[in-house]
Amino acid sequence: MLTLIAVTTIGIVRVRNLFAVAVLTSIYSFLMASVMLVLDAVDVALTEASVGAGIGTVLLLGTLYLTKTEEARPVHSVALPLFVAVGTAAILIWGVSATPPFGAADSPVQLAGPDYIQRSIAETGIANVVSSVLASYRGFDTLGETVVIFTAGIAILMLLKRAAPPGAGGKD
Amino acid sequence: MRLDVILRVVTKFILPFMMVFAIYVQFHGDYSAGGGFQAGVIAAATVILYALIYGLTAAKRIVTATMVEAMIPLGVLIYAGVGVVGWLTGSNFLDYSHLAHDQVHGQEWGVFLVEAGVFVTVSATMVAIFYAFAGRGRR
Repeated sequence: MLTLIAVTTIGIVRVRNLFAVAVLTSIYSFLMASVMLVLDAVDVALTEASVGAGIGTVLLLGTLYLTKTEEARPVHSVALPLFVAVGTAAILIWGVSATPPFGAADSPVQLAGPDYIQRSIAETGIANVVSSVLASYRGFDTLGETVVIFTAGIAILMLLKRAAPPGAGGKD
Repeated sequence: MRLDVILRVVTKFILPFMMVFAIYVQFHGDYSAGGGFQAGVIAAATVILYALIYGLTAAKRIVTATMVEAMIPLGVLIYAGVGVVGWLTGSNFLDYSHLAHDQVHGQEWGVFLVEAGVFVTVSATMVAIFYAFAGRGRR
């Protein structure tokens, strides 16, 4: 599965036809959803499949409809973007090195998890611990996420609606 | 795509099932995978599929742009409103313990209402983004 993901990623980078890239991105999302399913994270898998593979692909194709389907040749040198990408990757990997090793028994995930699993039904009556943690124990965080989506929606409406002429033709 | 009979018929056939699945994911989130976010995206996908097959104007007749734009802040208001009601009933912000006669039921109600808020905002935002993209037309 990880090999398939790697192959798809290389394909996304190499292929210059943007339509193919959109389809490959969708395949990548489905593969990621399968990985989440293997890891028993059903909620994340459902989100990845619906957002990444579903809506994301539709929006990519919608954008392609507005632009050209062939990627333009880069005009500038690749040195600066490469430097930024490598620098970001280095910082991220450095950050990951400070987290507990994968599957370690004393990591916060292992310590806090059983506590929530035991408390969830008694305190909230909700069998799906993911739901109770998301909406109740971690309600502030989810409120923040909802506000992020709200902000994104408002921002896109501000950017795109103003430019659209009234009664512009639909796409079908 | 307007003339493609198979796509039109199949779309008409699966749209109700998609909507029911969205509602299932929304209301069964307490017991199985899913919740407001996933259900909102599925519901938005229903509208987007309809718009893709039957045209943007047909979709906007059912789910108007005004309605979508009103729903985006409405969901956030529902969510934050539940938090404020928690305040008014004598607990902390976003603590649902006093929403019903006992704590467990209060939590269930709180999670239910909060998920509804997430559903409204997410579905409306997805549809609004799609409308914004699709409404531009090729230049």
